[in-house]
This record gives sequence, C-alpha cells and structure tokens, in this order.
Amino acid sequence: MRMSKIVRTAADILYPAILIFGLYIVAHGHLTPGGGFQGGAVIATGGALVIVAYNYKEVTGWLKKNVLTGQEVSGLVGFIGVGLLALAFGQVFFFNYLVGSGSIFGMPVPYGINPGELNTAGIVPLMNFAVGIEVWGGLTVVILYMLSGLEKEGC
Amino acid sequence: MKKVLVVGASLLIMAAFFGMIALNLTFGSPKTTDMDDYFLRNGQELTGSNNECTAVVFDFRGFDTLGESTVLFCAIVGVGLMFRKMQGGEEYEDE
Repeated sequence: MRMSKIVRTAADILYPAILIFGLYIVAHGHLTPGGGFQGGAVIATGGALVIVAYNYKEVTGWLKKNVLTGQEVSGLVGFIGVGLLALAFGQVFFFNYLVGSGSIFGMPVPYGINPGELNTAGIVPLMNFAVGIEVWGGLTVVILYMLSGLEKEGC
Repeated sequence: MKKVLVVGASLLIMAAFFGMIALNLTFGSPKTTDMDDYFLRNGQELTGSNNECTAVVFDFRGFDTLGESTVLFCAIVGVGLMFRKMQGGEEYEDE
C-alpha cells in the first residue's frame, strides 16, 4: 500500500537531506556530539521514511536487502579490521596507532579549547565510519524484514 | 496477608538502603574522581579527539563498542531468521 503523492514527493525530497545529515554526524563524530551509532540511526530513519511512503515492491527495487546486509557485515568486519591493523604496527589490539603520526587523521591536538580539525583523532573516525555503515544497513534491513513479514499477510 | 507483609518489608528495606546512599552523595561532586580526571586531562592529547564521549567510547573502551556492534549484529540476524522465506514443505510451528 503506497501513500499519497504528497507524502511520496516529500519523502523523495527529504531522503537525500537526511542522508547527508546522517553522514555529517558520522564524519564529525570526533568533533561534535554524535558518532557512528547516532548517525547510522539518523540515516535509517530516512530509509524508514521511504519505506513508509512507498509499497514493498517499489522499495525493494532500489533499497536491496542484499546490499544492506552486505553493508552491515562489512561495517562490522571493517571495525574489527581497523582494530586488528594495530598488530601490523607492533601495537596491541585497538591501539590508536594513527594519532599524532602526521599522516591521515594524524594531526596532533593540544589540550584545551581549539576550533577543531577534521584530520585528527587517528582511528576514531575510521571506526565511526565502520559503525555508521553497520548501523545504517542493519536498522534499515530490520524494517525491510518486518515489512516483508507484513506483506505475507496481504498488507 | 503474610506475602504482602514480606513484600512491603523488603521494599521498605530497599528504599532505606538506596535512600541512605542517595542522601549521602552530593550531586556534581563524586567521592572518587581519579579516572574522570585522567580522561578529561589527557584524553584530548592521547586520542586527538575533541569529543570526549567519542574518545572514551571508541578508544579507551573499544572493547565495549565491539561488544555493542556484535550485539546489534546478532539482533539483526535474529530478526532475519524470524522473517526468512520458508523452504518448500517447511511450516511455522504451531503454538
């Protein structure tokens, strides 16, 4: 059952905006309030909006379950992989090997109030991205699974 | 009657216990602040993250976040198992 044209148009317009806002929360997780879990949940609400506005067949045409499940799995594997990569640098599991190294995400940060630089915090942004992708795929695919259960009943 | 008495007495004891603890603590000034002070003083330089919450969640307590992600993954796998497509001849079990 799809909703009226007004709702569908509003969902079309709002979905990219919600996506960008959620990705902003994920990317600035080490500077402003938010992070991977919160940004992923924001993006999943955008997916929920589209799922509510259209019917099951139209949504699964481009919001594919396989892609979302792959996102979830790759997010978790990426999270563990970033942690395991510390072993290659001769450190322990989950050690922040990039901070202060001067390379990517490696700018040093002084103690106290500072304007904030995106290129800091070592592996924290990478982990934020991994968790954000995982939560994005996971929460959206839960809603799709439940909708598929409803569709069997004939809704 | 006896059951009500026992439940009431245990509730009263619990209320007294937690009330005493709550009244003895002052809000905003905890008794031991060593770990908080360490995080607040050194967290910014050690992790390079301006957001102290993210620094604690993703760096100091990375294992906790790993567990959280795994719990989320398991929950979603469970939902997927519940709503999966049935094979031919397979039926939902009756209650």
